[in-house]
Amino acid sequence: MSAALATRGLDKRFGSLVVARGIEFSLPLGARYALIGPNGAGKTTLINLMTGMLRPDAGEILLGDEPIAALPPERRVARGLVRTFQINTLFPHLTPLEAVTLAVCEREGVARTWWRRVSAYSGVVDEAHAILSSLMLGADCYRPTRELPYGRQRLLEIALALATRPKVLLLDEPAAGVPRDESAELFAAIANLSRDITVLFIEHDMNFVFRFASRIIVMVGGRILLEGTPEEVSADPRVREVYLGKSHRTGVHHG
Amino acid sequence: MTAAAAATSPHAWLQAQARWNRTEIAFWLATLLPFWLFPDYLVLASQIAITALFALSLDLILGYAGIVSLGHAAFFGLGAYTAGLAAKYGWGEPLTGLMLGALAAGIVGYAASFIIARFRHLALIMITLGMGLLLAELANSLHWLTGGTDGLQGVKMWPIFNKFRFDLYGTTAYSYSLIVLFLCFLVARRIINSPFGLSLRGIRENPLRMPALGASSRAHLRKIYTISAVLAGIAGALLAQTTETVSLEVLGFQRSADVLVILILGGAGRLYGGLVGAIIFMVARDQFSGNTPQFWYFWIGALLIAVVMFLPNGILGGLAKLSSAWRSRA
Repeated sequence: MSAALATRGLDKRFGSLVVARGIEFSLPLGARYALIGPNGAGKTTLINLMTGMLRPDAGEILLGDEPIAALPPERRVARGLVRTFQINTLFPHLTPLEAVTLAVCEREGVARTWWRRVSAYSGVVDEAHAILSSLMLGADCYRPTRELPYGRQRLLEIALALATRPKVLLLDEPAAGVPRDESAELFAAIANLSRDITVLFIEHDMNFVFRFASRIIVMVGGRILLEGTPEEVSADPRVREVYLGKSHRTGVHHG
Repeated sequence: MTAAAAATSPHAWLQAQARWNRTEIAFWLATLLPFWLFPDYLVLASQIAITALFALSLDLILGYAGIVSLGHAAFFGLGAYTAGLAAKYGWGEPLTGLMLGALAAGIVGYAASFIIARFRHLALIMITLGMGLLLAELANSLHWLTGGTDGLQGVKMWPIFNKFRFDLYGTTAYSYSLIVLFLCFLVARRIINSPFGLSLRGIRENPLRMPALGASSRAHLRKIYTISAVLAGIAGALLAQTTETVSLEVLGFQRSADVLVILILGGAGRLYGGLVGAIIFMVARDQFSGNTPQFWYFWIGALLIAVVMFLPNGILGGLAKLSSAWRSRA
């Protein structure tokens, strides 16, 4: 069976700083993988490389069987490779309903239409509202995004990504900064993601990682240190040394 | 923003966003008042309508898509010279002249949009400023065509529909400008309530997120810039036709700066900002600039600073805040 997403020999450097070297992994269809590593290990850089926000110096990225490393970000999204952001990257003055409707319009190719009202596309609006409701944002969807509590904004991050109908979803620290009492809904949202969607997530919260990931990829210094099941990873002395032992649960966040 | 937040369905809520409210209807009815209340000021009223249309065209790119321009007079001037030249060289029919002006501005706007869509912030201000200066100097040097600093003389307009002659009192001029402004406003209003308009607001709110949603921001920006150029061209053509002359000043930096000031004063990103700004600016200039025309910019400068400091969303933004505060008290 072919992988949903795979990389081959991905390299990236900024001047003399190597941020990715020989990155190779592959995500099977429907997988739940976690990407962990200490601050500055190159996790977000790797997401930026895969989604096209950065260009790799060498290597190939395969979405299904298709090489995508030469495509601009929006074309990768159209093919089903979608990300969320570690720091909320939302539309502060739009309501969640408007924002998700925008995303569905873009996906459906109607975003170029300027002579019909948004409300004329009732199928689009229904879908947007259904996505928001499924993430328990139905009641908040008429308020400007900037007025929503932080945890709700994190949910909207995911709602926007889902509106693009992703095949592969890259979640960059979905729970970052969410207070404990608001995290239940976020955990539920991630647990309820369709099994048709392949998910790779970066997360520092080890409870989260062990709860959702079937396999874990550990990155250190721009390289993949190892990949294995949660048991294998937590038992590995190298991982304990470079990551778990030091920053586990200390609340450190990387840039 | 409105009480429609209590709506039960997403369809009803979105429809309410696009619905005409009473203030809007009252505003447009009030634009008819000059015919009865200020019949001696119809020429001024027509200039206000033209300036309002020009400000509306800037609002579409600045207020809705976040494109800052300090050279928007380029398209106003292109429209003015095209319509003026058409009339001078034998084609004085107003409506087709208007379309020619729109077409010329649209073609140049479309070409320029490929550069504009690639830049943001300071670079964008400099590029638009440069384009404006370039075009103004070009018109100045093409003396044989534009009349240079003497202005374009000999513009003769035919009556509209072969029936309504442009008169000295400005009755036809104001009627014509107002109708064109209203029609263009309807188009602009439809654009901002469309899926395309929603995407534009997305670009303004967060350009980083748009590609992550699969959106091609540059294609959207090119399109709205072209549409904006067309509307600016129509405004310029209107001025040429209603005044039957074109001076170099239509392309001047002053005009680009004035329209930006008008939009910021009124409130960008709310369609009516440019309209309200144009009324305030033009009426104030007419009233205060009589004896010392230059001194009047002193007050505009003071007003601009005060508005930007205390009403960051312009006069309309301030009014909206006031009315929602009053409503929540009641």
